[in-house]
Amino acid sequence: MSGSSLHGLSGAVFALLAPVIEPGFFSSEVVHVAIVVGAVVAIVSGTVGVFTVIRGQSFAGEALGDIGTTGGSGAFLVGVGPLLGFLVIGVVAAGAMEMIGIQRARGRDLATGMVLGAGLGLAALLLYLDSTVHNTTGATFTILFGSVFTVASSTIPLIVLLSVVVLAIVFALYRPLLLSSISAEMAAARGIHVRALGGAYLLALALAVALASMTIGTILSTALLVGPAASALRLTRRPSHAIALAGSIGVAAMWLGILLAYDSFSWPPVQTGWPVSFFVVTLILIVYLLSGLPRLLRTRTRAV
Amino acid sequence: MFSGFMVNAWTVASIVAVVAGLVGFFVVLRGSAFVAHAVPNGSFAGAAGASLIGISTLIGLGVFSLLGALGIGLLGRRGRHDAVTALALVVMLGLGSLFLSMSVEYAPEIYSLLFGEVLGISSNAVAPTAGLALICVAAIGLLYRPLMLASVLPEVGEARGVSSFRMELCFLAVVALASTMTVPVVGTLLIFSLMIGAPAAARSFTHRPLAAMALSVAIALVTVWSAIAASYTTDYPVGFFVASISAAAYALGRGWSFWRRRRQLIGRPTLGPATHTAALPS
Repeated sequence: MSGSSLHGLSGAVFALLAPVIEPGFFSSEVVHVAIVVGAVVAIVSGTVGVFTVIRGQSFAGEALGDIGTTGGSGAFLVGVGPLLGFLVIGVVAAGAMEMIGIQRARGRDLATGMVLGAGLGLAALLLYLDSTVHNTTGATFTILFGSVFTVASSTIPLIVLLSVVVLAIVFALYRPLLLSSISAEMAAARGIHVRALGGAYLLALALAVALASMTIGTILSTALLVGPAASALRLTRRPSHAIALAGSIGVAAMWLGILLAYDSFSWPPVQTGWPVSFFVVTLILIVYLLSGLPRLLRTRTRAV
Repeated sequence: MFSGFMVNAWTVASIVAVVAGLVGFFVVLRGSAFVAHAVPNGSFAGAAGASLIGISTLIGLGVFSLLGALGIGLLGRRGRHDAVTALALVVMLGLGSLFLSMSVEYAPEIYSLLFGEVLGISSNAVAPTAGLALICVAAIGLLYRPLMLASVLPEVGEARGVSSFRMELCFLAVVALASTMTVPVVGTLLIFSLMIGAPAAARSFTHRPLAAMALSVAIALVTVWSAIAASYTTDYPVGFFVASISAAAYALGRGWSFWRRRRQLIGRPTLGPATHTAALPS
């Protein structure tokens, strides 16, 4: 195929997509950063998320994201970067959960809840001090609902580095972690130190959540952690497939969400754009609901 | 401290503490800490939506917390419960951020929705709070026995004709109702700390359900009262004090049960097999 016809073809494709994609989408610097960061975070969250869902620790993931508010507001108060605050508080909170955590699932939820409650209480104080010291309350909104469109391109290397650390932890511990997630007794019988493994996993979770909630906000951090992984685990039983599928679902939802959010700048009622988190969360919910269909159809046909 | 607008604060906070202590007992018993966090937190979207279309905040909160609770109950039947709870929460929060982006709400109002503004409660908040609290307490009273059975021994409950699923939905509805009444006055944070901290502490001191419920209400009341007094004198947010005191109460409870177990283990080794098994460190 000659170069000109290829050019014509891509031109035709763009013309076809013109009503879907607002002009300037592919040339915007902000969109480039959002697409890269969104994909990296979605892959890390999806990978860690599969273990989170298997272990039934969605609450811990959500709580660590919420507690990030404490770190973010604390960092704002003392004037260091928010990522440092998110990381420190995430690791401290994960350690506290592990320390008071009872092994049974019910006790674990309670331990998570206690740490979350105490952390949010501290956040209330820090945000209050922020607003009196720095005379601004806008920080609350930024910290809680941070947006992928506000990530500075200079933080990308750091984000990638953290992602590599998290993925390294998860894949280094892959087999024992999987075994202890499915059956703690069997793992213990094989001589695996289940408690230490749980702690290491919680550390990876804390890092992944800090990374996600710092860049794309607490809402999306939980959504990307739990949604794609839960959907993937309903579609396939093999953990490795589930990880790949969860990453793909997360990236797809993230990219489509960014595209829709970019388009929405010209939508009613206000011309300021709808939030990315709304689109991504809605897409993830749709994928989750659809992922239940195959099993539903299978049981129906069997019943008939 | 006890005059004028502060009277409303004391009244409403006491009502909230009683409801949180009662409902929280079942939250801790059933291990539903995540639901108790997700429903009030997600219902925040309802408040944002209500302010957008200009209706009462209470209606928005009620609709969203009920929808969220029912969504968790229905979807949780097929999927993993905690994953579904997380999904329901993020969907509600996503809607909330959409509503917020459309409205011209100021940041301080979001802050007060999340962390509560107990010292600024107006007198016309007292009546709806008291009404909803009465419904909550009545529902807990009516459901007490079947809910207890379904929470502790779901199989026995099923055999006796108590549907675990129906009980779960009823329980979620009660949590939604409790959220609706508490979020506008004390924020999402305060209610969660109270619902978890006080009953968890109470359960370390006694295993009898009625005594634990009474103790849980008492701890919640003491927590709220001292938090308001501390907030009034220091001007720091009340949520901070509630969360810290709840955490301290829980730590005290854990310490107490640990100490008692230790003493049983060392002090009375000849009491028979039952005590022995109870005394063994798990």
